[in-house]
Amino acid sequence: MEKIKEKKEVKNIVDNNQSKSLQKIDIKNVKVWYDDFNAIKGIDMNIKPNSVTAFIGPSGCGKSTFLRLFNRMNDYVDGFKMEGKIKIDGKNIYKKKVNVEELRKEIGMVFQKPNPFPKSIFENVAYGLKIQGIKDKKFIEARVEKALKQADLWDEVKDNLKKSALALSGGQQQRLCIARTLAVEPSIILMDEPTSALDPISTAKIEDLIFELKEKYTIIIVTHNMQQASRISDYTAFFYLGELIEYNKTKTIFTNPEKKQTENYITGRFG
Amino acid sequence: MRKIRELVIEKSLLGSALITIAVTVGIISVLAIEAVRFFKEVSLFDFFTDTQWTPLFTDKHYGILPLLSGTFLTSLIAISVALPIGLSISIYLSEYAPKSFRKTIKPLLELLAAIPTVVYGFFALIVVTPFLQQFIPNLSGFNSLSAGVVMGIMIIPFVSSISEDALHAVPRALREASYGMGATKLQTAFKVVVPAASSGIIVSIILAISRAIGETMIVAVAAGQQPRLTLDPTVPVETITAYIVQVSLGDVEHGSIEYRTIFAAGITLFVFTFLLNTLSYRIRKKYQEKYE
Repeated sequence: MEKIKEKKEVKNIVDNNQSKSLQKIDIKNVKVWYDDFNAIKGIDMNIKPNSVTAFIGPSGCGKSTFLRLFNRMNDYVDGFKMEGKIKIDGKNIYKKKVNVEELRKEIGMVFQKPNPFPKSIFENVAYGLKIQGIKDKKFIEARVEKALKQADLWDEVKDNLKKSALALSGGQQQRLCIARTLAVEPSIILMDEPTSALDPISTAKIEDLIFELKEKYTIIIVTHNMQQASRISDYTAFFYLGELIEYNKTKTIFTNPEKKQTENYITGRFG
Repeated sequence: MRKIRELVIEKSLLGSALITIAVTVGIISVLAIEAVRFFKEVSLFDFFTDTQWTPLFTDKHYGILPLLSGTFLTSLIAISVALPIGLSISIYLSEYAPKSFRKTIKPLLELLAAIPTVVYGFFALIVVTPFLQQFIPNLSGFNSLSAGVVMGIMIIPFVSSISEDALHAVPRALREASYGMGATKLQTAFKVVVPAASSGIIVSIILAISRAIGETMIVAVAAGQQPRLTLDPTVPVETITAYIVQVSLGDVEHGSIEYRTIFAAGITLFVFTFLLNTLSYRIRKKYQEKYE
């Protein structure tokens, strides 16, 4: 009985969001190999727009690999091979005709370790716009300011935008990387353990930020931190050995998981 | 017994370290002593301002400028060949080439630096000069152009190998950040990877220049032995190194002023390569600090 209710709720969220022309992700029977190693063994999944979806699971379960499929970041990995379909807004992103660069402008990514370019703070945020060939200085400046404000970093850096990004603290660097991603105005943001290299205070700041961002963006986050997943996500997917074990509302996963494996993992009995 | 063994090993290691230093000090002092004697007879002012270098003629002039210009010209030609080619190779190998290809081609490229330079010299004289003469009819048989071009080929591995190491050392995360924002491979290579590796690339260029300035056989064989203050690449010139070879092989009297010109030229060469090596060392040190 409860399940049916939840499904209705999910449906409502989706319906509400459709007015905002957001993109949902449909994954159909996706399998991934690295040479002979079968990293993902056939996953079907739908990711809802305007929400935070957390991927959890023990190391090597394929969650990062799976995340990096959405912006085709695995394409450069030696021996990578993929089967199945990933549709974003109804379009299969693994079709031959797809322009990978255009796709990545739509789908931003924040990485595990803060990876600012060895350039100034301003140049870091402006990078995505500049590579698109945008030359209008005022436009770029406005976008940089907006992105830094969105990433809650503007007040800390507005007086030294010309300073090297490497001089910032780890937490500031990670927010800079988020600002850099936001400047291109993607609709989906992928986060690969974005707080695993940060201290608790910086982590809290980034979590607040994710909370604000989901108003406008679809966020998928890979995390090792169970509390983090329960704090910030609306949906949680549990992966194990390349398979999607369970996928549901975060609340359900953490209070009343369907599968024994999920329960064992979130209660810390393995993983 | 064991203690004695340890002591012997320690002292012999120290000894070999000291020998290296002693040899260096010896070379520098011989250079310096003979050069000082030379400058007692020829003023520093004449040495640096006279536009002729004719110590072996009856009308003697001791102006280093013609030798410097020959060295400068051949090195400039060499680096303008080696820089674009070497850098392209390094970017291709580090950003585009499949791993296995990179692993085989890199040692092969480094073989270029292992070819005896006298072979390069004859290659310049017998193959490259006649070939270039088809396009440049007034090219002399000895000229700085073909010597410089061949020297450039020889120093390609200096540029490509060291630059490639620097490019390869740029963290993968930076490339992914760039790709992740929709940059192409080319944009990523030139806007992120090359700037991040710039200090390593500069070091490779400086070391290549330093090698070109000190190179002897190619220029001695193919560039001619006529000291001439010119920037015309089609005529014979003489570099500092080629002059030293010429005089050392000849029959100048030991202790004469002609003999001492070798040391004056030698110390000039030494100062240049020393400055370049120091510069590259400084840059490399700064760059190491940045990544640690």
